[in-house]
Amino acid sequence: MAKVLVVTSGKGGVGKTTSTAALGAALAKTGKNVAIVDFDVGLRNLDLVMGAERRVVFDLINVINGDAKLSQALIRDKRVDTLHLLPASQTRDKDALTEEGVETVITEMREKFDYILCDSPAGIERGATMAMRHADVAIVTTNPEVSSVRDSDRIIGLLDSKTMKAENDERVEKFLLLTRYDPVRADRGEMLKVDDVLEILSIPLLAVVPESQDVLKASNLGMPVTLGSPASIAAKAYTDAARRLMGEALPVEIPTDRRGLFGKIFARKAA
Amino acid sequence: MNVFDLFRKKTTAPVARERLQIILAHERAQIGSSDLIVTLREEILAVIAKHMPVERDKVNVSMDRNNEVSMLEVEVELPLRDEKGEPMKIAANA
Repeated sequence: MAKVLVVTSGKGGVGKTTSTAALGAALAKTGKNVAIVDFDVGLRNLDLVMGAERRVVFDLINVINGDAKLSQALIRDKRVDTLHLLPASQTRDKDALTEEGVETVITEMREKFDYILCDSPAGIERGATMAMRHADVAIVTTNPEVSSVRDSDRIIGLLDSKTMKAENDERVEKFLLLTRYDPVRADRGEMLKVDDVLEILSIPLLAVVPESQDVLKASNLGMPVTLGSPASIAAKAYTDAARRLMGEALPVEIPTDRRGLFGKIFARKAA
Repeated sequence: MNVFDLFRKKTTAPVARERLQIILAHERAQIGSSDLIVTLREEILAVIAKHMPVERDKVNVSMDRNNEVSMLEVEVELPLRDEKGEPMKIAANA
């Protein structure tokens, strides 16, 4: 039974695309058939983060309009052969995402894949509502920062009202993915702690991805961090998240300040 | 900066947390009724108009939020004289 997931947030720049790529690759590495779909029509970037920008021929809008078959638009990943990308159109705008068109594409994809990850654009307009429309599971990507938390709360409200599940009196399963977490700053009281965000948003925690240089390094190279530096703490967080999404009961690891006492004293002086 | 400031821990995260809790409590309560103020204004206007003539732009409805309570302020300016310059009669039952 295929599962449709939406990676969403409301606010831009919190790590939706990065997380879609990392989670998609982590799920596909287990042998599951995975498709990642870019819903950011007009501002596509999932292709770039995946290192597939030069392989895009057809896109989601072409499939919706019947200009191309789904199989023609899907790009198979060169590193993990169970991973597929459906890019967004770069020249159209979000109005090209028709309700019937999206439904047809998602229905066809449910036949072919185990997991379909929809990378939502920022905002709460058409692109975002279409990306979440068919979701069974929502991954609410949030930074430990006031504007991101507020926007996530708004998105949770939309997930409970504007989705197919909501309209059928069912619930979209929602998880918090806390990204760019800095345990040192949280420890100093300069950043919201994991528990603060959990208490405010009150949805279960999927994973905490610490702020990590490996994420940028990987995206520079067109690699999801789970493929580019699989041993990094960020990749570990995403890999564990993927296992949880597959139903494994794995305790969530909260990043902590790993420096010794000497490191702490030194850092404080330097700051 | 005096010597005591060195020992006082000034943290900002608890402030962020509290501000979020307050604003989200308000925003969640208003889901689906973002036009609440507009609706209130119209209905209050209608109730007053039943008993006395009142000008549309002389009714001011606003909501002020703070930590403990929300204050709904209704300000209605009533004319003392009608258009003929006669003192206004306020009807108890219109």
